[in-house]
Amino acid sequence: MKSRKLAALAVVATLASSSAIADLVFPSLSYRTGPYAANGIPFADGYADYFTLINQRDGGLGGENLKLLECETGYNTQKGVECYESTKGEGALVYQPLSTGITYQLIPKASADGIPIHSMGYGRTSAANGKVFEHVFNYPVNYWNGASVAINHFLDQGSLDGKTVALVYHNSAYGKEPIRTLQELSKKHGFSLTEIPVDHPGQEQKSQWLQIRRERPDYVIMYGWGVMNQVAIQEAANIRFNMENFMGIWWSGSENDVIPAGAKANGYKALTFHNTGAGYPVFADIQEYVVDKGMAAGAGDQIGTVLYNRGMYAAMLAVEAARTAQEIHGTMAINASQMRDGMEALEITEEKMAALGLAGFGPSFSVSCENHGGPGNAAVQQWDAAAKKWNLITEFTPSDMDVIGALIEEDSAAYAAENSITPRSCS
Amino acid sequence: MSADFLYTLEVILNGLMAGVMYSLVALGFVLIYKASGIFNYAQGVMALFAAMTLVGIQTGQVPFSHLINAIFGTEVHHFGWTVPAVFAIILTLGVMILFAFIVERYVLKHLVNQEPIILFMATIGLAYFMEGFGDLMWGADIKTLDVGIPSGASVWLEDATIGWGVEGGGFYGFYIDKLDMVAAVVAIVLVVTLTLFSQYTTTGRALRAVADDHQAALSVGISLRTIWVIVWSIAGFVALVAGVMWGSKSGVQFSLSLIALKALPVLMLGGFTSIPGAIVGGLIIGVGEKLFEFWVGPLIGGATENWFAYMLALLFLVFRPQGLFGEKIIERV
Repeated sequence: MKSRKLAALAVVATLASSSAIADLVFPSLSYRTGPYAANGIPFADGYADYFTLINQRDGGLGGENLKLLECETGYNTQKGVECYESTKGEGALVYQPLSTGITYQLIPKASADGIPIHSMGYGRTSAANGKVFEHVFNYPVNYWNGASVAINHFLDQGSLDGKTVALVYHNSAYGKEPIRTLQELSKKHGFSLTEIPVDHPGQEQKSQWLQIRRERPDYVIMYGWGVMNQVAIQEAANIRFNMENFMGIWWSGSENDVIPAGAKANGYKALTFHNTGAGYPVFADIQEYVVDKGMAAGAGDQIGTVLYNRGMYAAMLAVEAARTAQEIHGTMAINASQMRDGMEALEITEEKMAALGLAGFGPSFSVSCENHGGPGNAAVQQWDAAAKKWNLITEFTPSDMDVIGALIEEDSAAYAAENSITPRSCS
Repeated sequence: MSADFLYTLEVILNGLMAGVMYSLVALGFVLIYKASGIFNYAQGVMALFAAMTLVGIQTGQVPFSHLINAIFGTEVHHFGWTVPAVFAIILTLGVMILFAFIVERYVLKHLVNQEPIILFMATIGLAYFMEGFGDLMWGADIKTLDVGIPSGASVWLEDATIGWGVEGGGFYGFYIDKLDMVAAVVAIVLVVTLTLFSQYTTTGRALRAVADDHQAALSVGISLRTIWVIVWSIAGFVALVAGVMWGSKSGVQFSLSLIALKALPVLMLGGFTSIPGAIVGGLIIGVGEKLFEFWVGPLIGGATENWFAYMLALLFLVFRPQGLFGEKIIERV
């Protein structure tokens, strides 16, 4: 009798595990709690809702069910690593760490485990060099591209020679990322760079903005996150800094960042690598197949906001990479290694975006063995406080790859040397 | 006057203002510690919860709406009315008093005569509970708080002082945020009121008696439980004031609870048991960190404020562990 029970249990376990294997597993390292929850929730909702849409509308990807494994990191690096360790054995195809700190910790681990990482618009910038970082991708844009596009935007208003640009940054690995690029760009364009760090969490920034008021830089670039953004925009408005000349990176450009400052935030600019608003057919589908069916990850009221759209965009890129992997390998039940191949062969064209119900939502780009970072194009959006909406005021414009390419080469070569990695050949 | 001198004055003025903001948070800690010997880890979260409740009441938000909608499939979010700021503040105060009753009834009552560390750990648990409860009740999104406090540069002050500098010397007049000025006035009123309350009212004297000696206070008929409810209610009110001032700057969001980190060095400096100490400690920390950032920050990469505040507090711990105004602890063995 005992052995029969054991046999039955074994059969059930086998069936259960085989059904788990049949799913395409996408972990979501989200943060719905802690100081950054207000930003983490809409991103995680957008990420989850797109996978639900594919399951509900299309019956999965190539007939395979997409399974989301959500794990709460609280934007804490240690918890993020724990999430990775606890979910990697579930057949994880790709990780979106959603934190530069977590990304840095996961790069060696995921590379050793053969699981790709996609740090979209964050993480280690030099991971764009696919010869060194075989398993890490940061398309379509990275922090250094952001710094360059911001400078290019200022250059469009006139020469920067003899002018001053201040960088107000979160005093962390993330915030420090653009410094080297901006230093190089300052030499090239003749402006002087003032670096102004803000300690976590950034609730008090009086010293920083008094310094800006004293020194009167012509432009301010901000690499902030969480409450730092809201306080900085409020303080900039208080000292009557011209919002036209104040630009945040894409992590300083959501509705959450500008609404607390009210009308005073009008005209503030931020970079972005995707569009905002709910005026795309894909959102109508999400409403119909996900929200209306009561299957939304959140309340369904965040559709069209910057961070919801970004989460959805990240999921869409993951699904398209998985689709590419299925086509390359001729199998629907792909594994992490095959997913990596799909990511490396990913091509996002205007036609594909239109077919997905996202025409004009983001830039066209392709990934290759050498270039895991995509084209590095970004657009500038500007906040309209009266209408409470962001408006794209430029196209997705290129960054200065002459400067950035050299820096990526230099930094990735240093990483390869430190970790005894022989860059692979991509020819 | 030279621009450098005037800017130093400006930094000192803004340091004083920042110090007042730190003091507002530190006051809540002092009140509870003084009356019960508990270091209330939840004070920062109380400020957050009070501010969330204020915005929720003001905007007519349905409490627990996400939970209600998830369970019943409804789509309720707001009642459709707004409440004037003054009434919303009074109602929020009512909620904080109710909170004080609940804390006393379900947490503190069961921990009478326990070691201070046990009570401290209970407040850690309380903080985590309130974080989650607040999110569940009002949502985790960033809320705009507007109770009519003016903010932004005082143009009058700028215009009045711009002529003090040498012409062409790069001085643009003193900058002080109007919100900080209001906070300073509120802090002064708060401290005077609390001091008068504790000195000249029966309840205030009872509070001081409990603070001096629990056993002796009990022996003359003072109800410890009532005193705790009163103290936690007052601390809830102070948390509401701090939440309003800080929340008006940054919006009401989780990070508001982290302002407690700014109060810790203030408490170490001013002493855990002194209301004037919280103010003086705040002012010293505020001015000290701003001046250090102004003079030394640029030489060593900046972002020195948190570091400086805790270093100064550490120095005080070494040479005067009870703080500037704290009671000297003498234990005979």
